[in-house]
Amino acid sequence: MPEWLDLLIENFADAESAARAWPLLRQGLLMTVQLTAVALPLGLLAGLTIGLLYALGGRLTRALLIVWIDFFRAFPVLVLLILVYFGMPFLGLRLPAFAAAVLALVLNNSGYFGEIFRAGLLAVPRGQIEAAAALGLTRLTAIRLVVLPQALRAIAAPLASNSLELVKATSIASLAALPELLRSARVAQEQTYNPTPLMVAAVIYFVLLWPFAHLVARLERRMLARGAR
Amino acid sequence: MERFAEYYLNAEILLQYGPAIIAGAWVTVGVAAATVAIGLALGLAMAIVLVARLRGLRWLVIIWIEVFRTLPQLAVLIFIYFGLPYAGLTISPFWATAGALGAVLSAFAAEIFRSAIQALPPGQWDAAAALGFRFRGTFFLVILPQAIRLAIPLLTNRAIAITKGTALGTAVSLPEILGQAQSAMAIAANPSPLTLAAALYLVLFLPLVVASRWIESSRVVPG
Repeated sequence: MPEWLDLLIENFADAESAARAWPLLRQGLLMTVQLTAVALPLGLLAGLTIGLLYALGGRLTRALLIVWIDFFRAFPVLVLLILVYFGMPFLGLRLPAFAAAVLALVLNNSGYFGEIFRAGLLAVPRGQIEAAAALGLTRLTAIRLVVLPQALRAIAAPLASNSLELVKATSIASLAALPELLRSARVAQEQTYNPTPLMVAAVIYFVLLWPFAHLVARLERRMLARGAR
Repeated sequence: MERFAEYYLNAEILLQYGPAIIAGAWVTVGVAAATVAIGLALGLAMAIVLVARLRGLRWLVIIWIEVFRTLPQLAVLIFIYFGLPYAGLTISPFWATAGALGAVLSAFAAEIFRSAIQALPPGQWDAAAALGFRFRGTFFLVILPQAIRLAIPLLTNRAIAITKGTALGTAVSLPEILGQAQSAMAIAANPSPLTLAAALYLVLFLPLVVASRWIESSRVVPG
């Protein structure tokens, strides 16, 4: 075997280091899954709420919601996390790392999901609501049964894409010392003086997220193809 | 309220640490510019490889796209900065950050460029052929300009979302806005530097977010 290949295997695919890191990485993966399981539904709910409030709201409500959306879309999610985790304790508000990460992810994604739902609800033609009203449906029922299903189909691609980005963004919780997958890999690397745990973490991320990334790409391609015609 | 001002808008501390944090803004702008340049150039080159069906490079490009589209940005950055030195490659925080974010952006950009090129009606190729254009002329003069126009809304959204990742540079001690603010906060034991950092991010990114909203609304909404 050539020497450089030996060196690569020893440093990035070392079985002993991987075995020693495995318990840590497994705990980290569990934490990443938990973080996703809490933050993703809350983020979607926040976005849907913003979208619905916009659809139902008057002029002032709409202006305020746009400010909210753009404000949180302009902030890097890591900056939100640092503000929540390191900045708020000075006011006596000390959140545990997990809650701080959830709050930062949800605030950030309330902007992204909010914009997606807002645009999706708005794109459904007005005639649909008028037709529903003519059939005697109340405004809320019309939105629930007529507008929302059509909007959801139109925004499937950006919703899926942003959900995937949220899962990937859970890795920033490592910078608030939350032992999720990436943080665990770093700790294991320092314990074994070998970057194999980083490689293993990358492989875990890839294997778990690749099917979703593939699905997102397919949905986006379909959306672009529609836009070209 | 008084305590709030003392902690978050402390003038004395802002004056002392402000210059370092504002200098960080220039690092942020530099990394962002390098990221966009690397990402778009590499993305376009890879899209051309895919569309032109260049055999040898094709698989390499597909693997590159799948990997960098899927992995979290921070994981890529950490791997480049803390992992690659073991392979004999030591990279500065600036280029590690720009390289990691650029690689991620290139994967998305390649996919977007490729989809846009393939989304154009085949009649465009036929018409150019009828006018006597060869492949190269058709591609660069007829197809690409239309494809780029089609790709712009998706590209700007991606580019903005990914350049916001410059804040991740703080994990590899890049002296950008957030990193500078965090070390100032640690020294001063006061989070006012973070307030300034947050304000600087708004100044840098809010115009981009508003511009992307405008670009998006000026395009025809796909049915």
